[in-house]
Amino acid sequence: MSDVTMTVNGKTVSRAVRGNELLVEFLREQLRLTGTHVGCDTSQCGACCVHVNGELVKACTIFAAEADGAEVSTIEGQANPDGSLNVIQQAFQDHHGLQCGFCTPGMVMAAASLLKENPKPSEQEIRHYLQGNICRCTGYHNIVRAIMAASGQEVEGGAIAAE
Amino acid sequence: MYAFEIERPKSVDEALAALGAEEAQPISGGQTLIPTLKQRLAMPSKLVSLSGIDELRYLRREGDALMIGGGATHGMVAREAATDFPGLAKLAGKIGDPAVRNRGTIGGSIANNDPSACYPSAAMACGATIVTNSREIAADEYFQGMFMTALEEGEIVTGVRFPIPQASAYMKFEQIASRFPLVGVFVARFADRVGVGVTGASNNGVLRWREAEEALAANFSPDALADVTAPRASDMIADLHGTAEYRAHLIPVMTKRAVAAAE
Ligand SMILES: Cc1cc2nc3c(=O)[nH]c(=O)nc-3n(C[C@H](O)[C@H](O)[C@H](O)COP(=O)(O)OP(=O)(O)OC[C@H]3O[C@@H](n4cnc5c(N)ncnc54)[C@H](O)[C@@H]3O)c2cc1C
Ligand code: FES
Ligand code: FES
Repeated sequence: MSDVTMTVNGKTVSRAVRGNELLVEFLREQLRLTGTHVGCDTSQCGACCVHVNGELVKACTIFAAEADGAEVSTIEGQANPDGSLNVIQQAFQDHHGLQCGFCTPGMVMAAASLLKENPKPSEQEIRHYLQGNICRCTGYHNIVRAIMAASGQEVEGGAIAAE
Repeated sequence: MYAFEIERPKSVDEALAALGAEEAQPISGGQTLIPTLKQRLAMPSKLVSLSGIDELRYLRREGDALMIGGGATHGMVAREAATDFPGLAKLAGKIGDPAVRNRGTIGGSIANNDPSACYPSAAMACGATIVTNSREIAADEYFQGMFMTALEEGEIVTGVRFPIPQASAYMKFEQIASRFPLVGVFVARFADRVGVGVTGASNNGVLRWREAEEALAANFSPDALADVTAPRASDMIADLHGTAEYRAHLIPVMTKRAVAAAE
């Protein structure tokens, strides 16, 4: 065991971790932040995506000890300070960007990284960026529409909730 | 995973000291090693994380070469090599997905020498030099077959020095499930020679297609490859993603595309 200290969604946390404890295990089991999902545990699906020092990372493929001293953000830290959904989350709701919701935390974290790097991505750029995020339900189309909308771009047909 | 401890040294010297321990193993991005550990295919007593070593995370121009620190992530190479060496930046930008590129490193990729890894094709085509904590090794001598390299126990890749070609391109035929290359070809044109590095195809790991190099040195155009002897199907990998013949067929196809795309 070794001690780690990191900032998770703005709060400093210190815990003892096993050498082979994955960041996703640390978040889910020690901190009970279960919004970060484990879909595959083989680095393929992206359901476990979080930000470590501002960069998109698969939390199933980094050890907790490697995030010692880091700033970590998870889906639980994404809402606005007043608790309302942030722009990306709201767009996912408005554009029906989720069905079962299992992939959604990872999708939202990936979308946030994309929009930070590229505030007005094309549809092609969005699809390319999401290569490491698998969704078994939506067929991706509405996820792409949601991210287009979140970036302030026109979405053909407008919001589904408004129809 | 079996139990192990993790150390996070801040310098190469500290890392080498930590690696002196029995059954200690380096970990860089962990994008290959962590899945391996989960399958219990490795049983280190201690992992020595190289990801906190700032002196390994850089790209810098050295005359006609680009020197890349072993700890540079694929994402860093995609961004920071874009002006000096666009062919290599594009290769790095197509490895895995954004999250993999934020962790995975060139040092880890070169050390692992997966027969389908992207970087070794560029290293072979350019005649890169693999720099370790103790010596410099030419790419031709460094890569020694599938997952085999010239690295000794406890030796780490601290950097890779790429001579910068006048024009280059990487063409990757993606294996659609893993997005690793089924076959990937890196073509590099220099003033006095052309390099063609092929990954994903051969049972012997990354290779140089020397007949194509000669033909392209005389005439750098896709047509120059029309009558060139291609690597033999009998040496190629065959698996559920493609037969040996299919991979052999892809080599000239991807080489021609890379020649046409070289910039
Ligand atoms: C979903 C996914 C898709 C991928 N797609 C591709 C792809 O298209 N193309 C491609 O090329 N790769 C791909 N990869 C692999 C990825 O590029 C890895 O990052 C890379 O192969 C290994 O680098 P790493 O830094 O993660 O190494 P690690 O996983 O940390 O280490 C790999 C091995 O090298 C050793 N090692 C690590 N660093 C050093 C060093 N500096 N010196 C000596 N030994 C060292 C370790 O002990 C271990 O044995 C993919 C990976 C994933 C998960
Ligand atoms: S659970 Fe991490 S990528 Fe699927
Ligand atoms: S909404 Fe069900 S997996 Fe994406």
